[in-house]
Amino acid sequence: MRVALFATCLADQLFPEVAVAAVKLLRHLGVEVVFPAAQTCCGQPAYNAGYQLEAREIAEHHLAVFRDCEYVVLPSGSCGAMVRSHYPELFAEAPRLFAEARDLAGRTFELTTFVSEVLGRVDIGADLSGLRVTYHDSCHALRFMGVDEAPRALLRSAGAELVEAEGHDVCCGFGGLFSVKMPEISAAMARSKLGGITATGVGVLTSTDAGCLMQLAGTLRRQGAAVKVRHVAELLWEGVERAQG
Amino acid sequence: MEVTTQNFKNNVGKALQDEQLQLAMQRATAAFAGKRQSAVAGFADFEALRSYCAAVKAHTLAYLDHYLEQLTASVEALGGTVHFAADGAEAVRIVTALAEAKGVRKVVKSKSMLSEEIHLNEALEAKDITALETDLGEYILQIDGDVPSHIIGPAIHKTKEQVTRLFHDKLGTPEDADIPTLTAAARRLLREHFLTADMGISGVNFAVARSGTVVLVENEGNIRFTTSLPRIHLAMMGLEKIIPRLEDLPAFLSLLPRSATGQKASSYVSLITGSRRPGEPEGPEEFHLLIVDNGRSAVLADPKLRDSLRCIRCGACLNSCPVYQQIGGHAYGWVYSGPIGAVLDPGLLGLEPTVSLPQASSLCGACGEVCPVKIPLPELLLEHRRRAVERGLSRKSEKLAVGAFAFLASRPGLWDVNTRIGRYGARLLSREGYLAGGWLPLLGAWLRERDFPEPARRSFREVWRRELAEP
Repeated sequence: MRVALFATCLADQLFPEVAVAAVKLLRHLGVEVVFPAAQTCCGQPAYNAGYQLEAREIAEHHLAVFRDCEYVVLPSGSCGAMVRSHYPELFAEAPRLFAEARDLAGRTFELTTFVSEVLGRVDIGADLSGLRVTYHDSCHALRFMGVDEAPRALLRSAGAELVEAEGHDVCCGFGGLFSVKMPEISAAMARSKLGGITATGVGVLTSTDAGCLMQLAGTLRRQGAAVKVRHVAELLWEGVERAQG
Repeated sequence: MEVTTQNFKNNVGKALQDEQLQLAMQRATAAFAGKRQSAVAGFADFEALRSYCAAVKAHTLAYLDHYLEQLTASVEALGGTVHFAADGAEAVRIVTALAEAKGVRKVVKSKSMLSEEIHLNEALEAKDITALETDLGEYILQIDGDVPSHIIGPAIHKTKEQVTRLFHDKLGTPEDADIPTLTAAARRLLREHFLTADMGISGVNFAVARSGTVVLVENEGNIRFTTSLPRIHLAMMGLEKIIPRLEDLPAFLSLLPRSATGQKASSYVSLITGSRRPGEPEGPEEFHLLIVDNGRSAVLADPKLRDSLRCIRCGACLNSCPVYQQIGGHAYGWVYSGPIGAVLDPGLLGLEPTVSLPQASSLCGACGEVCPVKIPLPELLLEHRRRAVERGLSRKSEKLAVGAFAFLASRPGLWDVNTRIGRYGARLLSREGYLAGGWLPLLGAWLRERDFPEPARRSFREVWRRELAEP
């Protein structure tokens, strides 16, 4: 089985370790991984700000990059939601591109969903015993990609102790450009969110989305808090490395 | 209510600094949202209920002219009078003219957000007619000279400590009075007014077209008094509050209280069909129905925005909104706040004075999930953003930046070069692994509130090229 990795612009440019972990994890599970180097961004920042034309320009490029890949896997619910929910809407009036968008939407998977539903694996040979972690539900992953049980099941099956935070499904306040267009509200939302997270007493916060984690990590550090922040792909790969000794 | 939507940024700044507000909002929204969740979980097929009611509302809006005519005929057949007002000024003229013609000196009012839209109380007071709010939350606001901040809990921005102090100052209740004591004091005062008022003005939750029935739900009992004791009852409604038949009502009566306060049913449900009939011992002598447009027909004519008129004013979207929870209702600057406010206010007032409202969202989608009539709120927020761009209401610098971004993002070679330059620059500006660039555009705003990590030396694509690519 061959998979094209969609690294996402955030992971590619700021958090490469997340995409590296995703690749290693997929290869460990017996999947061939390719990286179409012409990929850039899914266009969500432009789309969410109301710039339809610009979003379409970026999306057309993205469609071309991933046209011939059987599966597209990405370590993000947010960019995935853009492709799956919004690409078809973007091209609603362009029949050929609409068909392509629908097709790509059907082949695009968030990483933990791909592992648990397409590969059918929950036990991936990872050892995270002793890890006390809380999982943040990224809004787009949860509400648009149906990512809910998959990452939790993978963590638990690796022996991690998952502690649910109050407000685990409440928005962290990132929202892409919202975080810099309305920074005070965004920051207030992050602080509220972190109240629930620090109350769990766990040492590690995880999620499927680098944007959320960047928002929460940046706020935690500003607060001087000790909670470590890791993408779920990184955690799972660390677990695999530990299990392999 | 005065429109201050243009001052959104300032309003937000003040709200976030207001510790009392923060405390009050935390308490109230968590309580409402939690109760709603339990009530919904306890209903066998809530999704089916949502779908049904959404369909009934959509149908009604599609044939609104027919249903307005039917409602008018039904009410008139019962001896009621129906008035139409195109805008707030006309509505106010109608009410004050009626009050003056009937020698009304005192009006008791139950909660009506529509009356806030049209500044009704001020207009009545200007004609020397006393207008008293009887909903406890609205009463609190009235004696404090304040305005509502939530569709169903108008005074949730006040802590109980603030209300206790207010009642002590204005009504002479003890400084350490508990909630039952405060409520009892308000009840005694309001009872007097109910018994001496000439006219009762209420809102409308649902107006049933076929039977001419006006339906009102409440927990306090003030609506019962307002609509049955004074000799004249005037019910005022936005023209979208119609449902076709009484058979449609039970579904809405199951949906509304659960979504609003998490109750299976509100304490009182009033079905008011006309005024006192010959031989009946009690009830108003006259029933008037005032149907108000005030911008709604423009929203109805807009195929994309029309769905927002399905709103049954439950407030669930407000309670689920993490932005609303932080800034409260007053920050939005008009009668409707939270997600429905950010969608409806631009529709009713125009996009120019309200353009900040739809931007105040991370598009988390929580509102769309809880809306009992399935209004696609996140999609409508996005639609307003699109229109702001199309009408040139967005900042030039933003338009240029997004254009540049799109240009680069569709040209991988240029993207590669520019991101390298950007990362290199960010690394130059970093200290101890974190960015220090408060003067930067965009990132400067980020850095005011949180830390930003120094970009890694190599991007993922470089790591791939050197280490991960397989031959």
